[in-house]
Formats: sequence, structure tokens, C-alpha cells
Amino acid sequence: MKQALEKIELSAKEELKKIRDSKELEALRIRFLGKKGELTTVLKGMATLSSEERPVIGQLANRVRSDIENAVEERAKELKKAAFELKLKEEKLDVTLPGKAPKLGKLHPLDSVMREIEDIFIGMGFDIASGPEVEYDYYNFEALNLPPDHPARDTQDTFYISDKILLRTQTSPVQIRVMEQKKPPIRIVAPGRVYRSDAVDATHSPLFHQIEGLVVDKGITMGDLVGTLDMLMKRLYGVECRIRLRPHHFPFTEPSAEVDMVCFNCGGKGCSMCKGEGYVELLGSGMVHPKVLANCGIDPEEYSGFAFGLGLERLVMRKYGVTDLRLLYENDLRFLEQF
Amino acid sequence: MNLSMKWLKDYVDKDFDVKKFCYDLTMTGSKVEGYETEGENIKNVVVGRILSVTPHENSDHLVVCQVDVGKGEPIQIVTGASNVNAGDTVPVALDNSYLPGGVHIKKGKLRGVESNGMLCSLGELGLTAHDFPYAIEDGIFIMREDCEIGQDIQSAIGLNDTSVEFEITSNRPDCLSVIGLAREAAATYGIKFEEPKPSYKGVPGDISEKINVVIENEKLCRRYIGGYVRNVRIGPSPRWLRERLRASGVRPINNLVDITNYVMLEYGQPMHAFDARFIKGNEIHVRNARAGETITTLDGNVRELSPETLVIADTEKPVAVAGVMGGEYSGIMDDTTDVIFESASFDGASVRRTAKKLGMRTDSSARFEKGLDPNLCEPAIMRAFELVELLGCGEVLDTKIDRFPNPPTPKTVEFTPDWINRFLGIDIPAEQMVKYLENIGFEVNGSEIKAPYYRIDIESKADIAEEVARFYGYNNIKGTELRGIANAKLTPAQQLTRKTEAACVGLGLYEIETFSFISPKFYDKINLPADSKLRSSVTILNPLGEDTSVMRTTVLPSMCETLARNYNLRNPEAALFELGNEYIPTEEGKLPLEPQRLSIGIYGGGNDFYSVKGIVERIFGYIGLENVEYELADENCGFGEYVMFHPGRVAVATAEGKPIAILGEIHPDVLENYGIGVRAYCAKINITEILDMDIPEKTYKLLPKYPAATRDVSLICDDGIPAAKLEKLIRKAVGSVLESVKLFDVYKGEQIGAGKKSVAFSIVMRSKDGTLTDEQADGAMQKVRKALTELGAEIRS
Repeated sequence: MKQALEKIELSAKEELKKIRDSKELEALRIRFLGKKGELTTVLKGMATLSSEERPVIGQLANRVRSDIENAVEERAKELKKAAFELKLKEEKLDVTLPGKAPKLGKLHPLDSVMREIEDIFIGMGFDIASGPEVEYDYYNFEALNLPPDHPARDTQDTFYISDKILLRTQTSPVQIRVMEQKKPPIRIVAPGRVYRSDAVDATHSPLFHQIEGLVVDKGITMGDLVGTLDMLMKRLYGVECRIRLRPHHFPFTEPSAEVDMVCFNCGGKGCSMCKGEGYVELLGSGMVHPKVLANCGIDPEEYSGFAFGLGLERLVMRKYGVTDLRLLYENDLRFLEQF
Repeated sequence: MNLSMKWLKDYVDKDFDVKKFCYDLTMTGSKVEGYETEGENIKNVVVGRILSVTPHENSDHLVVCQVDVGKGEPIQIVTGASNVNAGDTVPVALDNSYLPGGVHIKKGKLRGVESNGMLCSLGELGLTAHDFPYAIEDGIFIMREDCEIGQDIQSAIGLNDTSVEFEITSNRPDCLSVIGLAREAAATYGIKFEEPKPSYKGVPGDISEKINVVIENEKLCRRYIGGYVRNVRIGPSPRWLRERLRASGVRPINNLVDITNYVMLEYGQPMHAFDARFIKGNEIHVRNARAGETITTLDGNVRELSPETLVIADTEKPVAVAGVMGGEYSGIMDDTTDVIFESASFDGASVRRTAKKLGMRTDSSARFEKGLDPNLCEPAIMRAFELVELLGCGEVLDTKIDRFPNPPTPKTVEFTPDWINRFLGIDIPAEQMVKYLENIGFEVNGSEIKAPYYRIDIESKADIAEEVARFYGYNNIKGTELRGIANAKLTPAQQLTRKTEAACVGLGLYEIETFSFISPKFYDKINLPADSKLRSSVTILNPLGEDTSVMRTTVLPSMCETLARNYNLRNPEAALFELGNEYIPTEEGKLPLEPQRLSIGIYGGGNDFYSVKGIVERIFGYIGLENVEYELADENCGFGEYVMFHPGRVAVATAEGKPIAILGEIHPDVLENYGIGVRAYCAKINITEILDMDIPEKTYKLLPKYPAATRDVSLICDDGIPAAKLEKLIRKAVGSVLESVKLFDVYKGEQIGAGKKSVAFSIVMRSKDGTLTDEQADGAMQKVRKALTELGAEIRS
């Protein structure tokens, strides 16, 4: 009987190795361990054993049963694991297929660059101000030291609504509106649409965007203007960006300066991008004219300030390499999707 | 302003490297736009002498010339010109030479006869008969210049000047002159500038016997100097003078006219010359034109004059438009013998208005309109006299008329070196500032600065600071950081704009930028009725064209245009938004309102009415606007654009009882107007109005502790009952335990019956005080069914 038990054990373990799935395993379990299984059948002969033999065989029988049970269980785990791994293997995907993209829109390049510049200025402590686009002549010209018949008015071809109302040709009138409403210290930028009677072509548009800046406080110097513009350009174009100022004339600033940036294509040597000049024009700026301060009820003996205005379109075109300004206002999706 | 470098050398004796000169002058404030060297595009062209001219063996119209070009053996050149003879001095383009326009000359054979170059005409050298009045234009240039055989043509005919183009700003008319730029150049290089002092001998004669001058409008004419030249001999100017005019971009005409132009270029003071024969009554009146007067100007055009125009007149009629252009009738002619020179000072604004009105901007008006000082009249006319004597083309009377009723007092400005240092953020000694200022003609006496008369722009100490900064060098000013606390943040309006943008981008919309001005026809395209309020727009008096002639009162036509453009470009689908302004007229003489609007436009991509509505709902949700109600819009919905929508597929959204958005499917007629061949959808949201609404601050609500009970109700009702009404009823019936109501099915069909629809809602109920019992939930549903039944609905489950 002992031999019979050992034989069952051996044969069960041998059989187990050949099992390939849970169904076969269950059949095997029933064959060896079931109520009518081989082990049970053998144990039915226990009654014929002597009282000395019975505990010995009984112990053996229990060990064999539990060994087979453990082995079956072990095998079940192995099979489960293999099946799981097979499943994972079967679920393999072509990860190079395109993703299922939820729709996402985009800001217009003009707006996204505008936001970038606004954020730079917020970080430098400039509030964002605004003013009307349909504006009084007074704010757009007169208060800015451009009286009627001033020759500098010719450089800004103006759309008129009436003899006193026009479409603002610059964001500078916002300077006046801010200074009228607020006492120094003033630190603002005013982005917005401006209008000039220029026919549409690759570099001109009757409508474009400017960003005006104004700082007024006690003891503001031209050095502050240089430092502020330098910081703006470094934040916009990177620390290696270099600017230069050269004298110019704007009726509402004195001294006035045009600000150029060293051409980043040629580093100032002159190339086709900068038309051989080594520099590209960025913006106009200067110290607020004492008359302009006085026009707004700010005492020029006590306060000084600087102002600047930059054109957004030129900046955007340079940033993205857009060569035709018209594209910015055509709103062709194939264009808008690129930014 | 084009500056001849040869001319400059008369006043600043220095050899300049042109490129560096351009840079240096730009950096002290005289911006150089570019420069051009004459004859730069001519290479290998020399002076030659024709030794013989013989017939061509194979041609009747060609001749064969032997030409001495100063290289030992003469060379043979074939030419078709008929004006060449042995002994003529001519320009010769040698083998491998270049002429203006990139013309390359190589040796070759002409009808079998070898030709080693080309004889040149004036035109082939880029010149005209104005440059060499003795030569003809349609033949070889037979030179009468003092030159050597073999000499480069450029130096032989003076075609080697460099012309530098300056962009002179409107505050510096003194720099619209050779002398003005010479002063700047000298100061830039720290060279002392000697002010020229023109003088003349003159012949004895009392000008008052010849002519009288009366200034009738002293406000518009501050000074008038008249001079008289007799026994004038009209002819071409000498070559040096013609060359300088040419390099300055002015066409030589005759000696007298050239002198006036030369003086204008050199001194910046426009001058005029009248033929004394045609000044009736021997009187010059500077007066306003009389109603109905006309003048034929030198350009041959008849100009109608108006009473605000200042004219120079004789006793009968205007002879010149003051400061703009002379009259043809009294102009200098070949037989002119007596000339009256005018050097006068006219009011800038008046000249500017006149030139603009008559549509003739001249070199003269461009200078006057910037405001020339009357002190400039004197040296200018002296220079003109000097030139008449130098050219030997007439006798200048030694007396002149000078009407100068109110000479201006010299301008003085306080000298404040400490303030200048502080203002510029520099630290230089006062002496250095004085040196800069004196170099450009200022006089500094202690604490007082006297500005030179020609510096009309100097008014205050800030102007003096600019002069110092220019010569100290803008780029030597060290940048400093702003002091004080950086304290800035977006305003609520700016935050709302940015939030709206973010929502739109997140919802898959692309931002567009469209023009604020539109064509009035755009209103027709969206089918606005003739009496629509939206048609009254702010109108531009001088638009570029009808397309951009009115400020839009609605943003939606711009959106429709953009949808149509993308449709025509065959972009299969589009989902767009724009945050733009509308311009709503108010009172006459007042500014319009400029409310901000969000417009949305969609076509393709499987979108429908509910897509655009969903987008609008999401945007309101994102910006935190609650309790927005939607209903079918009608003509009283508060949006004039209602007519551009499909009448059954347009909703108006209201919040706090005010209309805040209109949205819907574009009317098929409007789609046709735009040529859009698919259904398209639009929305407009009044952003500015939302700013005034109560958007509650976000606060945390306790997460639910107890489970929810969910019940469905399905019913059949009249098709005409809006789902929103059913939903409202359910909300009210369930009461405080209601968490959400969601419509999950709408069905219309035969089984239901005509005019009916089947609707199903899912209702989630939850109490914050404990788990809802079935009895509580079912009780609430009982009330729901009752309310719906009362509405006439048939409950299915």
C-alpha cells in the first residue's frame, strides 16, 4: 500500500508537468484527488491494515495528498501567469499609430506674442492700460505736442471721422489719458490697434498693433529708458540680444531715440536680413517732452519720464519668419495652425 | 536730402570713408538712408580721340573708326552713329567694360569687321543733355571737356561724386542744406566749423527805382528781401555747378534758375527769381489771394486760388504761390535781361496747407513748412549775388529791399549742467557740454545759452539735454534698472479676456484677427433690414476704399467673411473665434462706445447647432457665469443680427435678465450671400456686459458624504414644449434634494404620433443629511410625474 501511494504521488507529479491549461489541470485534480480519484480508491484499503501500520500509512497518505494538492496549486499559478503574459503579448499595439487628439485651438500669432510681451511687462511692474481706438484729435496729436499743421503729422496718414475725431494713428494717446487720470508714479504699457491710411501690401496695413510704454516718476533718467528697453529685449530675444539707440525726433519726447537691435543673423556685420545695415529697427522712444507732462497737469520740474512704442506686426513677422504681413489678417487656417 | 560729398568738402576739409561717415552721422542724429557713388556702375570706359572714320565694307549705316585710347596702338571700333568725325574726343567703352544698367561690352565683329569696344552716348553713360547742354542726346557724346586721352571717363566728366541720402526729421529744417549737414559733420568729428560769409561787389543802383515790395500780411510773411540783377545773360551753368545739382538730385536748367536751386540746397532757404519785365506796376505785394484768382504755375498747371492762400502778386495778379511755386508767366526765359531775386520767410503752417490743398509739394514748400527762421533770408540772397558775380551772368545792384517788420529776438535757454547730468543719467563736466554746444553754433554765457537762429527746434532745457546726449553718444549712457516696487496685475477686464481666450483655445477654436473697419455692403450680406440700427456706423471721411469705410457695429460679418474665405480655400472644416470690438455711435462730436465682443464661427467637422451651443455653454461655465438661460430668439431678442440666423435655429442667452449672447445656424440666404456651401454656425457673446455681472467667487463645497439616488423619467409631450421648460419643472418638483437633471433622450417618430416627442431625463437626488430612502426618492418622483402630467405630458415610465 505504501508503494501504491508512492506510485500515485510520482505519477501525479509526472502528469502535472504535461498539463497545459486549467481544464486539464482540473481533470487531473479530480483523477487523483477527487471522491472517486486514485488516492481515495487506494485509501479505501486502509481498513485492511493492522493497527500499527494504519497511523504510518495514514500519515503517508496525508503527506501525499497535501503534496499533490500543493503541486496542483503551484501548477495553477504557473498556468495563470503564463496565460496573463500571453494576453499582454496579444494586446501589443502599434504605438506609432497617430494619437486620438481632442481638439485644441490656438491663439493668433499676433495675440500670443502680445500676451508674451504683456507678461514681461507685468513682471517688470507695468500695468496694462487701454484707450479708445476712435479718438479725439486732441489726444492723438495736440496733447502730444503735435498742433494742427505740424509737419510731423504728415508721417502719420490719418483716417478722419470728423475734424475733431479720428482713428488713432498710434497708441500714444493712452499716455495722455493715463496721465490725466493718475498721478505719478506711473508705469504702464498700452497695447492696441492703430490705424494709418496705408494701402495693403506685404509690409503695410491700414490697421496694425502697437505697444506703448510710459514711466513717469521723480528722478526718471534716460539711463532708466536704456535699462528698461535692454531688459525687455533680453527677455524677448535672449540675453545675447544687444540694442543700440540713435537720436531721432518725435514731437512728444525730448531727447528722442530710435532703438535698433543688432541683427541676430549677421551679428552686426550686415547681411540680406538687415539690408546690409547690421541692425534692425525695433521701436521709437524718448524722454517725455516737458510740454506733454504739463499738458496733463504734471509738473515737469518735479517729475520726468520716458515713453516708447513698438510695432507688434514687425516683431511677430521677425519671430516667425513671416514675410508677408497680409497673411496675419487673412486668417487662413493653414496659416493659423502653424503657430 | 541728398548730400554731395564734394560739396561737403567745401565746408569740412576732411577725407571721409563714406561708410564710416554714414554711421557716425547717423549716431549723432542725422540718419543716413544710404549712399550712391556716381559712375560706380561704369568700368573700363576711357576718353578717346577719333583718328579716322572710314566706311564699313559690308554696311551703309556703319562706319569704322580708329581711336586713340592712350595705349600706344589705336584701336578699331565700329559704330552706327553719324555724328563722329576725325579729331572728336569721345567716351570709349573698351573690351570687357561695363555701363549703367549692367551692360557688358566685349570685343567682337560687326558685319565681319572687328570692333574692340563701343563709342558712348550721354544716355549710355546714364546722363542727359541737362548735364552737358552742348551735347546731343541721340548721338555719340562729343566731349568738350578739359581732359586727357586714356583718362577714366568718371574723372574726365566729373561723374565721381558720392551722394549720401539723409532722412531729416521735421524739427531740423536747417539740415535740409549742405551747410547744415556740414555743421553736423564738423561737430561729429570735433572739427571747427567756419560759418561762410558770402559777399559781392555790386554795381551802383537804387533798387527802389526799380521795384517796391509791400507785405500786406505780416503774419504769414515775416520777411521779404528783394534783389535786382540787370544785364543778365541766360545760359547753361558751369560744369561744377551742374554736377553738384545732379548729385543732389536737382535737374540743371539755366544759370539763373540753377543759382536759386543751388542756394536752396546749400543754405536751406528757398529762393525765387522773377523776370522783371512781367512784374506789372513794378510792385510786389505779398497778400492773400482774392476769390476767383488763378495762376498758371511753372509746371504748366492752372491753379485756382482761395483767400487763405498767400501769393506774391504784382499790381494786377498773382505771380507766385508764396513758398510753393512760381508762376509760368513771370519765370526766367532765354531772353530775360532783368531779374528780381526773392529771399523771403513764409509761415510754415500756411505753406503746408497751401501745398496740400493744391497737391504740389515742392522742395521749397517742404522746407518752409517746417518753419524757417527769417534771419536765413539774408545770407541766402547774399550767396545768390555772390554766385551771379562768380558766374559772370549779370550785374547785381548794390542796394536791396528788406521788409522785416518784426525781427524775432534770439532764443535763450537756461544752462543747467547738473540737471542735464541727472536727467540723462550721466556725469560729465559742464565744460564738456559747453564744447559740444559751441561746436554746433550755440553760445554759452554763464548760465545762459543762446541758440543759433537756424535752430528753430530749441525751446527748453530738455532740448539742450538732447544736444549734449547726441554728441556724448546715446550708447555711452549706461542702462539702469527702475527703482521702486514692481506692483502690477491684470485688471478684471483683462483677466476676463484671457480666461475667455483660454476657454476658446481649449474648446478647439482658432483665433482670428479681422479689420475693425468694413464695407457697408457687409450689412447687406447678413440681410440687415434697411432700417436696422446696426447700419448707423462711425464713418471714415477719407477711407482707402469702400471695403474699409465704416467702423463695424457688429463683429459677425467679419466672422462670416473669414468662414467664407476658409471655405473657398477648401479647408474642410473651421472652428474660429475672435475677441474684437464693435464701434457704436453715440452723440455727434462724441466718441463711440467700443464694447468687446467674442464671435465664434464654425462649419464642417460634424458640428451642428448644439456644437456651437455647447461651446457657448462651456465658455460661460469656464468664466463662472451661472444661471444663463436660453430660448428661441426672435426679432425682439436684443440682437439686431437675429436676421442672419435660421429662424428656427437661433437662441438668445440671457443672464440677470439681460441678453448676453446670440447663437445659431446661419440663415441659408446669408450662406448663399457668402458663397458658403455647407451649414455654418455663429455666436456672439457680449463680453463687456458680462464684466458688470455678478460672477460669484469660487468657494469649496463639501464633497457628498451620503450616496445618491438616481431615477429616470420618460414622457411623451407636445413637440412645442421646450426641453428647458420640462427641466425647470422637474427641478422645482424635486426641490432641495435635487443634484442634477440630465436629458438623455429625445425621440420623434411614427410610434409617438405627429406633433409629439418622447423625452427622457435622468434625475440624481442626494441629501447632505443622510442616505435618501426609497420612499423619499420615489416620493419626489411622484411629484415630478404629477407636475409633468399637469403640463399635459403622458408619463411612460
